[in-house]
Amino acid sequence: MKALDLYSLTLHEIRDKIRSGEICSKEVLDSVYNRIENLDDKIGAYLTLAKDKAYEAAESVDKRIAEGEKLGDLAGIPMAIKDNISTNGIRTTCASKMLENYVPPFDAHVCEKLKAAGAILIGKTNLDEFAMGSSTENSALKTTRNPWDLERVPGGSSGGSAAAVAADEAFFSLGSDTGGSIRQPASLCGVVGFKPTYGAVSRYGLVAYGSSFDQIGPFTKDVEDCAIVLNHLYGHDERDSTSLAVEHGDFTEALNKDIKGMKIGLPKEYFEEGIDPDVKKIVLDGVKILEGLGAHVEEISLPYSKYALPVYYIAASAEASSNLARFDGVRYGYRAKEYDSLEEMYINSRSEGFGDEVKLRIMLGTYTLSSGYYDAYYNKALKVRRLIKQEFEKAFEKYDIIISPTSPTTAFKIGERTDDQLAMYMSDICTVPVNIAGIPAISLPCGFSKGLPVGMQIMSKALGEASIIKAAHAFERNTDFSKKKPTL
Amino acid sequence: MNYETIIGLEIHAELSTKTKAFCSCKNEFGGEVNTNCCPVCMGYPGALPVLNKKVVEYAVKAGLALNCQISLYSKTDRKNYFYPDLPKAYQISQYDKPLCKNGRIKIELDGQEKNIGITRIHIEEDAGKLIHGTESEDYSLVDFNRGGVPLIEIVSEPDIRSPLEARLYLEKLKGILEYLEISDCKMQEGSLRCDANISIRSVGQKEFGVKTEIKNMNSMKALQKALEYEEERHKKILSEGGAIVQETRRWDESKGITVSMRTKEQAHDYRYFPEPDLVPIILEEAWIEDIRKALPELPDDKKKRFVEEYGIPDYDASVLTLTKELSSFFEACAKGHKNPKAISNWVMGEVLRIIKEKELDLKDLKIKPEALRKLVDLVDDGILSSTGAKQVFEEMFKTGKDPETLVDQLGLRQISDEGAIVELVKKVLSENEKSVEDYKKGKTNALGYLVGQCMKASKGKGNPQIINKILRDMLE
Amino acid sequence: MIEKNELQYVASLARLKLREEDEEKVREKFSMVLDYVGMLNELDIEDVEPLISINEVSNVMREDEIRESMSRETLLANAPDKMYGCIKVSKIIE
Repeated sequence: MKALDLYSLTLHEIRDKIRSGEICSKEVLDSVYNRIENLDDKIGAYLTLAKDKAYEAAESVDKRIAEGEKLGDLAGIPMAIKDNISTNGIRTTCASKMLENYVPPFDAHVCEKLKAAGAILIGKTNLDEFAMGSSTENSALKTTRNPWDLERVPGGSSGGSAAAVAADEAFFSLGSDTGGSIRQPASLCGVVGFKPTYGAVSRYGLVAYGSSFDQIGPFTKDVEDCAIVLNHLYGHDERDSTSLAVEHGDFTEALNKDIKGMKIGLPKEYFEEGIDPDVKKIVLDGVKILEGLGAHVEEISLPYSKYALPVYYIAASAEASSNLARFDGVRYGYRAKEYDSLEEMYINSRSEGFGDEVKLRIMLGTYTLSSGYYDAYYNKALKVRRLIKQEFEKAFEKYDIIISPTSPTTAFKIGERTDDQLAMYMSDICTVPVNIAGIPAISLPCGFSKGLPVGMQIMSKALGEASIIKAAHAFERNTDFSKKKPTL
Repeated sequence: MNYETIIGLEIHAELSTKTKAFCSCKNEFGGEVNTNCCPVCMGYPGALPVLNKKVVEYAVKAGLALNCQISLYSKTDRKNYFYPDLPKAYQISQYDKPLCKNGRIKIELDGQEKNIGITRIHIEEDAGKLIHGTESEDYSLVDFNRGGVPLIEIVSEPDIRSPLEARLYLEKLKGILEYLEISDCKMQEGSLRCDANISIRSVGQKEFGVKTEIKNMNSMKALQKALEYEEERHKKILSEGGAIVQETRRWDESKGITVSMRTKEQAHDYRYFPEPDLVPIILEEAWIEDIRKALPELPDDKKKRFVEEYGIPDYDASVLTLTKELSSFFEACAKGHKNPKAISNWVMGEVLRIIKEKELDLKDLKIKPEALRKLVDLVDDGILSSTGAKQVFEEMFKTGKDPETLVDQLGLRQISDEGAIVELVKKVLSENEKSVEDYKKGKTNALGYLVGQCMKASKGKGNPQIINKILRDMLE
Repeated sequence: MIEKNELQYVASLARLKLREEDEEKVREKFSMVLDYVGMLNELDIEDVEPLISINEVSNVMREDEIRESMSRETLLANAPDKMYGCIKVSKIIE
């Protein structure tokens, strides 16, 4: 293999080559940056590249290896990070005019951890502005295209991170998932995407959208890589009060396991109207493969799931309206050029700095929290949230995992849904319940429909990640969907 | 028409924790601008709050001392509004589940005790500080050092019936917070702030009148004066058939009036909702009990003890226990002393007068308790007259010198030696035969004249009691 | 459909200004979402406790120990306007 073709390998393959001394980190970096140079004009995954810092870091890793130091799984591995996760000294724009020139003075918890593990940040990826959207079309800074079909969206909001991994422009990347923003683009781009249990990964440094839903998680080329990255993301952080103080095991121990006797629930509501028949068939075919490996599959019902999307749009928008109030042009970010008073400075800065979808959700959230409406909307949403959570808890008393499609359709055309608010929101219909319940879920490539990838969503109870990895890896070992690459 | 005044107070007290409420920056008054700050208290994107345990502990202390119920379950909420000193554009506060509720404070008015109810006490964070330029400058500056400093807000019931009561309530409350050592309570520095709601209604009327909210009272006196002004303003409007406008008004100390704050601000709609970045606070009974047991002696208990232990009147004990500093000063003087009432008189009289006159803190007073005890002894032992003692006190205040030294330095030592006084009296009697005769005839006022003559002969240094006694003896 | 003045009120609370030409479109989108989330009214949830903390964790607190603050220069590096070590804004009349 030529050094410049290294980009096409998986994380664990590269890790092995770096460990054996066959290649050095700098060569890997050359390969990836070369790939980005050749390709990213077409894909548009990256908003910012951090070349200088990346080469500095690679050099230091190579030096440590040369000195005989034993480094971890991620040492010298190039990664991409969604541009709503704070990186010290590297601009973090949230794909918004509001933060176009904002440079955080600190690293997010996950960045600290990954850096400490030797991973190398190559750049920051595009997203729907402030992570609000399902196609990355809401980015104020760039259009990202789906590597499988450049006329189509990569999904969102972490579209840049998904596309980067799908196009071999990074070995892994980080996204954030509030209502499906990791799993849905993973599904549309044909890569593995994982949304952890709420509280398992620190949110410190993640620019908040819906604080009680947001979780950071990885995009990887396969399930093994996913397990490796999860090992480095998980863990308690005293700076995040919602961070769980629990020990997580080694997720790679869930690899290569037999799934005989595993109990799988198929919620019928997730296969009903709105789901593309082809997608449905491909996911069910995938379930048959697991059944063939000895898993017990039963149809179940989760009737409250259909209320998840309304709960999400009330609660996440409400939290967002408050979380995004700090962008007021005072301490950082965009300040309007023209204004006559403080009030006007606020209004002009925010109106010029935010895009339409962000403004819509801020207003929606402001409305549902405003005097006289709290009980009718926000409080009601919190009540239904409890019901949805309880329903999942009950299902998981009987089933190890629950499987559904990740996205009701494959990647849609750029511009196709921009004017249809509800159609766009429906993109998240299968993923949102997971955030409402705070449970973990993976999206895993499970087939193709008209040449476009289809993703299977596997959910488990809170902190049941190992069951997900076990099933996903069993599926992956017996299929080759994860190995398929787009022609670019 | 007879009116009744209804007042409720909202007090904000900054807690004297080492660090801020939600980050580990130093909680300090007067640091160099924007030096006690971090991404959390500057509201940077992605930064998250973590609650300071001491804040909960201090608030519970206050709750227990103010006879509140402590909530076993409470939570934090976001109060949303835009202002340049509020970095996140929301304040972390508590809305429907405050840490403490249903308490009361006892005040005394004309010897009568009265309870003022406390609706609730909740924890919240302070905002930064705005620095306004001069009139010609078209900008304001923001310093975030105070941003995130912990506060408790104490809300009273509308039980207060006069501006004086309001002041007594605030004084009592301030005293209690100081006893607890949870707040500096300096109104001038803003570590204790008070907003007042006031309305009036005809005596006998059930429903409340329209209220106004008064802000910017920076001292106890200002609180009382502002409320007196506002009370009169309401009365005047109503008696002229007008209507009170519900609004917020600002006390203008220099002009002695309240002024409407006609800011263009939109209607307040704070859109409270549970703070998703923090988790609920669930307290255990045992922990609360531990705090209760560790509470210091509070003013009401101390007052009772002073009456019993020092035999001073109720009134004296109330005044002396108002602040922790004053009560400690008194006790340091009175402990083991044979004349606590005299000590009480000195502390309540001269000591309080002078620190008020000179605007001093008790701790800066040069007169130490040991010296005041000695001064009282000198009077009790007849070495110093009460007028002489006042002179010595003034000198002690200025120089901090020992009273015994000062008595001689000022030449105020009284002649109490009976032998010397007998000689003096003999001389006076021989020089005033007419008066002696008058006295013997029954003109008792002649005695007063003779005492005066003796005092004159002693150049004012004779002990008047002894002169009196010897004079009577010799005239009989 | 949400009233025009109600939408304007909400915008002003959020310190946003609607372009006149967008107002109708925003009203439509806004109303559509509100109608959709109205689905929750089908449920009888009178006795359900709202879920405040998703993992039902409580009492996460830190000790009252001072840690070094961040340097002022770093903290103010992103400020659009500053002066004398402070953030500068338009004059505020109180």
